[in-house]
Amino acid sequence: MDTKRLIIVAVGGQGNLLASKVLGEAALLSGVPVHMSEIHGMAQRGGVVESAIVFGDAKSTIISDGEADILVGFEPAETLRAINRCNANTKVITSLSPVPPFTAAIGIGVYPQIDNIVSLIRERTPSLVAFDALKLAKEAGSPMTLNIVLVGALIQSKEIPLTRENVEEAIRLRTKASFIDMNMNALKLGFEAAEACCTWRQRQ
Amino acid sequence: MVNRLAAELAARGVEQTILRTIKIRTWKKSMHKLLSDKIGHQIMLLGNEAIARGAIEAGVAFATTYPGTPSSELSLNLFQISQESDLYFEYSTNEKVAMEVAAAAANSGLRTMCIMKHVGLNVAADPLMTLAYIGVNAGMVILTADDPAMFSSQNEQDNRYYAKLAGLPMLEPSSVSEAKEMTIAAFELSEALQEPVILRTTTRINHSSAFVKTGKILERKTKGRFTKAPMSYVTVPAVSRKLHVKLLANLKKAAELSEISTHNFITEKGSNCNSGSHSINVKSSGENAKTAKIDNSFTNKECRKFGIICNGVSYPYAADAIKDLGIEESTKILRIGFSNPMPGNLIKSFVKECEKVLVIEEGEPFMEEAVKAFAQEAGVVIPIKGKNSEEVAPPCVSSSSEQTEGCLLPAEQEPLFSRLYEFDPAMVRQKIAAFFGIDYTPVKSVDTKGIPDIPQRPPNLCSGCSHRATFYEIKKAAEGMDVIYPSDIGCYTLGFLPPLSTGDFVLCMGASVSSACGFSKATDQKVVSFIGDSTFFHSGITGLVNAVFNNHNFTLVILDNGITAMTGHQPNPGVDMTSMNLEGYKQISIENLVKSLGVEHITVIKPFKVRKSIEAIKEALAFKGVSVIISQEPCALFAKSIKILKPRPFHVTAKCVDHRDCINQIACPSFYIDNGRVKIDADTCVGCAVCAQICPDNAIMPLKK
Repeated sequence: MDTKRLIIVAVGGQGNLLASKVLGEAALLSGVPVHMSEIHGMAQRGGVVESAIVFGDAKSTIISDGEADILVGFEPAETLRAINRCNANTKVITSLSPVPPFTAAIGIGVYPQIDNIVSLIRERTPSLVAFDALKLAKEAGSPMTLNIVLVGALIQSKEIPLTRENVEEAIRLRTKASFIDMNMNALKLGFEAAEACCTWRQRQ
Repeated sequence: MVNRLAAELAARGVEQTILRTIKIRTWKKSMHKLLSDKIGHQIMLLGNEAIARGAIEAGVAFATTYPGTPSSELSLNLFQISQESDLYFEYSTNEKVAMEVAAAAANSGLRTMCIMKHVGLNVAADPLMTLAYIGVNAGMVILTADDPAMFSSQNEQDNRYYAKLAGLPMLEPSSVSEAKEMTIAAFELSEALQEPVILRTTTRINHSSAFVKTGKILERKTKGRFTKAPMSYVTVPAVSRKLHVKLLANLKKAAELSEISTHNFITEKGSNCNSGSHSINVKSSGENAKTAKIDNSFTNKECRKFGIICNGVSYPYAADAIKDLGIEESTKILRIGFSNPMPGNLIKSFVKECEKVLVIEEGEPFMEEAVKAFAQEAGVVIPIKGKNSEEVAPPCVSSSSEQTEGCLLPAEQEPLFSRLYEFDPAMVRQKIAAFFGIDYTPVKSVDTKGIPDIPQRPPNLCSGCSHRATFYEIKKAAEGMDVIYPSDIGCYTLGFLPPLSTGDFVLCMGASVSSACGFSKATDQKVVSFIGDSTFFHSGITGLVNAVFNNHNFTLVILDNGITAMTGHQPNPGVDMTSMNLEGYKQISIENLVKSLGVEHITVIKPFKVRKSIEAIKEALAFKGVSVIISQEPCALFAKSIKILKPRPFHVTAKCVDHRDCINQIACPSFYIDNGRVKIDADTCVGCAVCAQICPDNAIMPLKK
């Protein structure tokens, strides 16, 4: 089985680890071998949380710079910061709603313009899917579902060997009962946003 | 850079486990997932959970720990399990205590586990060394979680040397599922040898996740009996001389077990020319290991293969690499999982079949040195390489025109491994290709030139963290003084960052107190040191006794936030356990303890009362001799999680004339600047009101709902 290497970057509290768990569970349901690792050293203190998920026959649980097949960023500046994990063929999916770091908030360093972030990423990895996942998460019922919105976009890309049905089943198994409907809605909105994004690009 | 530095200094790390604090478990009525008696069930587990499950399957009855990343979730799971089963678990005061408590349990006949991070084993090294002499009479597993690349530690020491130093057997898993199986094997090995077994992991094992198949849970034997045998247990010289003989005999037995252990296996596709009957423990593409006879003859030169010897996480990287490079047929891998004592005969027969050997191991050349020694004994003269030698030896100058194979190349030309940091799959692939002369073009990362600096997300003291208030007040009280601030290991290490800048010297747990003794004698500078409540109990008390006895002159600030915050809110002897709905514990008063040690000047402050605290601190700083300030305020994060703190956010009113003392002096992460005006994020402000008290214009007020 082909190996697919996925990196997810997020800011502490954005639900990166839950998204990884859902994808892991979906892999089990799909019969796909999966290895994951996470670095969440300072999650509670506003730091970056990174997960690496390797689908397929590889044994390694981490992903080297330049070797991600897919990069999913929950926060645009973090997606850009992680761009060295990509090569020119890497599929990048990012939310566009910023979570400015404290340093930028108090004027140490400048948070880049969103348009600038998008063009910097697209110049390097042309197959970029970028949209405001926070807006869709709120539409789905809670900003907390931002992670599932992005999982929806990831499934739409067909870059990882998981079916939508298995991801939905994994959401049922892995997320709080009271959140399931909201999460299903979030998954759908993310899926559709990625679809719209692709059609838009084809038209260009 | 700041991010990295802070992470390095902020030893013992913060984990997501905060999200599932102890209390949450007590609400849950469902059984802990690691107690499931379903056999053959696939569950997604973190490496640390897999080890906990392995211990449970092995019937562990007694477990002790001092928390430390990357081992903390392992302890947390056992703690939770102990609340719904007859497993005994304790958070001990420090690692030495944890080891000694565990040693007694294991010598009373209970299967016992003792868990710590790598530097914790330094603290526990004293009992470790002599416990190896005494041994155990029920399985005892010592888990040491090493941290290559220092994700959350103050150094990246390689604890494999402890196994060698103590003469104890050591196992090292390469994957999450193997971590579970090896934990069970470690208990069995410990009982076979009557010695504790060291199970050594690294961060990438502890913090990786994979599906693990559940096995049968052995029944726990929870009550033992100690049988007196002073000539075996009382380590006076006459006894210890005999015990050392016993230890060496056990080590010899362990070496024999290592030779036939399935944890040391060879993977190879295809065989050497003469149908491969040379090695033992051959594991062909995932089959179970099978044993064959050792052949002492050399393999024909043209039939020899590329050899790789690796351990731990280097094994998955190497296995993936030879597949990616297309050299599976011509390469064989010896994976060492039972790494002390090393399997000498297995290694000798392996190197005989190889053209050249690359040893792949993070950290120190532990295996490489052993492999070279075994090869020398076997008379095998092939290149065996592992680490770059720039740190240890100069390049050799060959006098003859013929370049000898073993001769070291200048450092910059050596395609070998570093002793620094951690490895990754691409790096291992590239080094393997270079060493064996395989064509390989690495995947090119995208060009990062032209990407502007993205503001960092350095770890920061939380909104409403009481440490920030204390640091600010100390600095104010000490204005104009030439002060050295030794600090310690915990969240408050982060105070070393500007603008607080209250950390000048951080060495190890407890060193804030003892180094203050040294600084105050060696210099004329004022010394004010910081230590947290848990770290004070861990190893600050002895330093304070020293300070009082030797009549030193400094101020010790004990930052008492009522929990072990940094590692994810574990209990310590100063914690009120009833706040977590846990019964059966006592609570030790830091104030009474300090008083009883003979400290003559003790001040208790409430750091959120800024002016009052500064006055009290000034008095303490003026005292000649040892003065102690106890700054009491619960950890805001923990207080929020157990719902004893209800945030009451503040806001910046129109009175603000933009002095920015709030941002420039305390730098709480709830502040942000919007259109040039300071604002407070009402979602994260907890309402400690420290900024409101220092604002020269009284412009910060409670937000009315």
